[in-house]
Amino acid sequence: MTVDVDPRVALAAETKFRLVDCDIHPIVRSTADLRPYLPKAWHDYFDQFGNFLVSPYTEAHPYPKPTPALSRLDSWPPNGGPPGSDLAFMREQHLDPHDIEIGVLQVLWPTAARQRNLGYAAALCSAINDWQAEEWLAKEPRLRGSIMVSLEDPESAAAEIARCARRGGYAQLMLMPRNMEPLGRKKYWPIFAAAQEHDLTLGCHTGGLNGYPVTGGAGHCSYYAEEKDAGGYPMEAMLTSMVFEGVFQSFPKLRLVAIEATMGWLPPLYWRLDELWQRFRAELPAVTRPPSEILREHIWVTTQPADEPEDPRHLRDLFDWIGWDRICFASDYPHWDSDDPRYALPVQMSLAEKRGIFRDNAMRVYRLG
Amino acid sequence: MARHVVMRAAELPAGESRVVTVRGREIAVFNLAGEFFALINRCPHEGAPLGLGLRIGLSESNKPGCYSHSRPGELVRCPWHGWEFDIRTGQSWCEPSRLKARAYAATRETGGALVKGLYVAESVKVAVEEEYVVVEV
Repeated sequence: MTVDVDPRVALAAETKFRLVDCDIHPIVRSTADLRPYLPKAWHDYFDQFGNFLVSPYTEAHPYPKPTPALSRLDSWPPNGGPPGSDLAFMREQHLDPHDIEIGVLQVLWPTAARQRNLGYAAALCSAINDWQAEEWLAKEPRLRGSIMVSLEDPESAAAEIARCARRGGYAQLMLMPRNMEPLGRKKYWPIFAAAQEHDLTLGCHTGGLNGYPVTGGAGHCSYYAEEKDAGGYPMEAMLTSMVFEGVFQSFPKLRLVAIEATMGWLPPLYWRLDELWQRFRAELPAVTRPPSEILREHIWVTTQPADEPEDPRHLRDLFDWIGWDRICFASDYPHWDSDDPRYALPVQMSLAEKRGIFRDNAMRVYRLG
Repeated sequence: MARHVVMRAAELPAGESRVVTVRGREIAVFNLAGEFFALINRCPHEGAPLGLGLRIGLSESNKPGCYSHSRPGELVRCPWHGWEFDIRTGQSWCEPSRLKARAYAATRETGGALVKGLYVAESVKVAVEEEYVVVEV
């Protein structure tokens, strides 16, 4: 005899689980912190030139952020330094009270992946990777790093992926959706080949200053509120490129987590790409099965900033469409729009559903278990 | 509801705020040009500490390009997601029907009034008596 088991009942005894947070932002106290990690050959360049990006903004953002350092006003460490620069305070304010089992670090600054000087870009990426390992991973076993690579220099990127994979401690290869070309383009494939070879998850965090308007073709917008909303569409365009160029068919073991890009757009993307694929299969010979199947197999999303429908129950519909095993909790600590795991998803969930979103899905996609 | 002396009034200059703990609850007390108000130190959206929020005025616009600014310092902006609350009432702006920070009575009273017991529920009243700030929780 078989019995249908209600997962809520089956897991009732197991009421406690620790959290996996897919988006924690550490930062240098100042870029001088990275100097010791740079080869001597680059010290003069670091001192005399510093950051030069494709966009004209090297020390500032193109839109005014709503809070200093983009951060929660209560996240400034009492001993000085910007939010996210003090491990002890991060433990006290975030890792301990939320009982974070594992936190994935996402390094946003300095922007190493998009430096104009490719030699400097590669050196700066390595410096940031080593800085994470020494200053964070070696000191806090709950944290995992992100491998930064120079995306416009795939050859050096692949070498850096191999170096960091040997070193260990990194959960992901960090990407951003806005690059010089759509990320599915073949010039980027050595990066995907290296990621697959080392079984590294791709963590694609919203952003990337590539000199084009954040609106993705609609022109330069006026307000930060518009920039803030533009997290989703570059991610959609990037995923479309990766699917239609055949990335996931050439590298079938790749896993990609779309981070801080909202998620409401994802189900309609499944629907639209399937329709386009049926109409234009002749143009897309690399795609041999429905795009929605490819996306459902290779893509995960994170919760923050949480979509907040007027009726919170509609979040359940969204999760149903995306798949409850594809959604991973992220706090975005210490940024101003970070989510508190206790309140971020105001919707009824079974313990099994909660456990998947707040822990198990991330453990699986990042191979953390 | 009981009344609690939380500080001397002189300790909290006009325009400033301080978080006090009363019966285990954190309460943010605000001095608004000599009037005292109190909100529970917890944003109704995701629980952020409202006492750390910026004091702002009310910005309104009746059409693009036309702005008015009034009531300087009478709103507090949540230190996380930026929800704005009227310090006098706890009422949020933008979505007043959905979000309201719990307000408590906070008044300035003389020592004699402290023994009387007054103020309504649902708000932390603040009183100042002989320069004491009293909240009702």
